[in-house]
Amino acid sequence: MLHIQNVTKVYQTKKKKVVGVDHVSLTIEKGEVFGIVGYSGAGKSSLLRCINLLERPTSGNILVDGTDLTKLKGENLRRARLKIGMIFQHFYLISQKTVGENIEFALKAAEMPSNRIQARVKELLAMVGLEEKIDVYPAQLSGGQKQRVGIARALANNPSILLCDEATSALDPKTTLSILHLLKKINRELDITIVLITHEMNVVKEICDRMCVMQDGKVIEEGSVYDIFANPQELLTNEFISSVVSFNIPEVVLKEVKGQVVKILFKGKVAGQGIISDTIQQFNVQGNFLHGTIEYIQEQALGIFIMELIGQTEDIHKAIAYIETRGAHVEVLHNAI
Amino acid sequence: MLFDFAHFVSMLPDIWKAFGETVLMIGIALTVSIVIGLPLGIILFVTDKGLFWENRFVKGILSFIVNMIRSIPFIILLVVLFPLTNLIVKTTIGPVAASVSLSIAAIPFFARLVENALREIDKGVIEASIAVGAKPWMIIKDVLLPEAKSSVIQAVTLTIISLVAYSAMAGTIGGGGIGDLAIRFGYYRYDNTIMIATVVILIVIVQVIQQVGDLIAKAIDKR
Ligand SMILES: Nc1ncnc2c1ncn2[C@@H]1O[C@H](COP(=O)(O)OP(=O)(O)OP(=O)(O)O)[C@@H](O)[C@H]1O
Ligand SMILES: [Mg+2]
Repeated sequence: MLHIQNVTKVYQTKKKKVVGVDHVSLTIEKGEVFGIVGYSGAGKSSLLRCINLLERPTSGNILVDGTDLTKLKGENLRRARLKIGMIFQHFYLISQKTVGENIEFALKAAEMPSNRIQARVKELLAMVGLEEKIDVYPAQLSGGQKQRVGIARALANNPSILLCDEATSALDPKTTLSILHLLKKINRELDITIVLITHEMNVVKEICDRMCVMQDGKVIEEGSVYDIFANPQELLTNEFISSVVSFNIPEVVLKEVKGQVVKILFKGKVAGQGIISDTIQQFNVQGNFLHGTIEYIQEQALGIFIMELIGQTEDIHKAIAYIETRGAHVEVLHNAI
Repeated sequence: MLFDFAHFVSMLPDIWKAFGETVLMIGIALTVSIVIGLPLGIILFVTDKGLFWENRFVKGILSFIVNMIRSIPFIILLVVLFPLTNLIVKTTIGPVAASVSLSIAAIPFFARLVENALREIDKGVIEASIAVGAKPWMIIKDVLLPEAKSSVIQAVTLTIISLVAYSAMAGTIGGGGIGDLAIRFGYYRYDNTIMIATVVILIVIVQVIQQVGDLIAKAIDKR
């Protein structure tokens, strides 16, 4: 378990103080994939780097399985870091060492006996699907392959936590997906807690269990990815979500509507049950779909539909009430009546 | 006559001897400057702000000494160091004596070049090694030095070339070598043949060193 307790990081630059992380507290459970989202400069990297003390928090504590890392220094801190892997947007492999030697480096840091190193290197490369690249230099690898080496290096000493700083931001969508699947596999098979930061909601949607949104060094929203997608509280969160599920109805369309425009949210199993058709049959209203999608987040369906309901105000109200009794959430966006 | 070939041939043994002295001077000075300058350059780098052995005091002192030596013109350093030379090799004459001041001049020169070479390494790579839990010593040996290898070779090249120039200067005040030959014959005796021969030899030496250095630096770079 990872506890981030009231962590603040203030950078002292020549001219002024910059608050990178502002009183952040988070609890990340063992085996969880936790996403941190935010725009550039929100403090995501600063927070992540505080976790393995690449940046020493100005105040607050970092508890990894009960040990407060902020109390450690030198050799003890180094040993604690062996159990926290980290991967980076720009991979940061040693360019003058082969893939195998890069991983060997991590194993040597943990003082693994030299007779066991080669077997472990091969095992790790097999895990990331790069066995045949063992003697190749990083310059000869694609971005996705470099990141796989980065992952193998990070996992070398069986860490309990893997920190990912924009690990897929330098990769194309297809490679991104393959890396995300690899991370998910690692999370499941090795039971490694993953903390990843990204500005792409797609990444979060793909593999995170829980997430938080950061702005100006603070965590402004936190929760399960599903709940946040279903019911974002903050404007900024909404903005991020709309990059994945966008519901902008063109003005021209809104001008044409004669009834009420409602947003209907179906969660989980409800998404599949013909609520809309039942409603239209039972009540004296007409319905026009303006927009709609069903997203699968953590294998749970989340249906979001925007439709125009036409009819008597009274009937529309009854229809809406009925939809809500069926477990969906309705929000009136526009009323042309 | 500008270039007297017969005279040149008759002087070959002297030229050869001078060449040997130059190589000896540069060889000693280069060895010393690498043995001391490389660790010094590494210390200058890792004691810098934000690095794992950050230490303002050490960095400040070493930086000051390095800058101080580098600000003294070599010809003056040569004279200033006579007592030290005398102490170490018991004479101020000859190539071995000259190599003392050559070393003193080359150490800070090479150390700064090493420091700059290390500075070119992506900070992220160093940080990734810290995150992996590597010991400082491992980071120096397996990250800093391999990553800067190519630039360090170029630093060696540059140091040798500077040493060639310095060694000629050292020759003028009794250090021997090519420079000494050029001054004694070319300057005092208006011997154009020797003058031309020494200049050509110096040009060839520098060109060859530069080419070989570039070749090695390129060959070992895996980027
Ligand atoms: N070493 C530093 N010195 C001074 N200020 C810093 C330092 N590192 C980060 N900051 C500042 O802290 C704030 C948060 O930066 P951080 O890198 O954590 O943002 P981020 O969310 O990771 O952004 P990005 O998405 O661009 O990586 C920024 O205002 C940044 O300028
Ligand atoms: Mg960042």
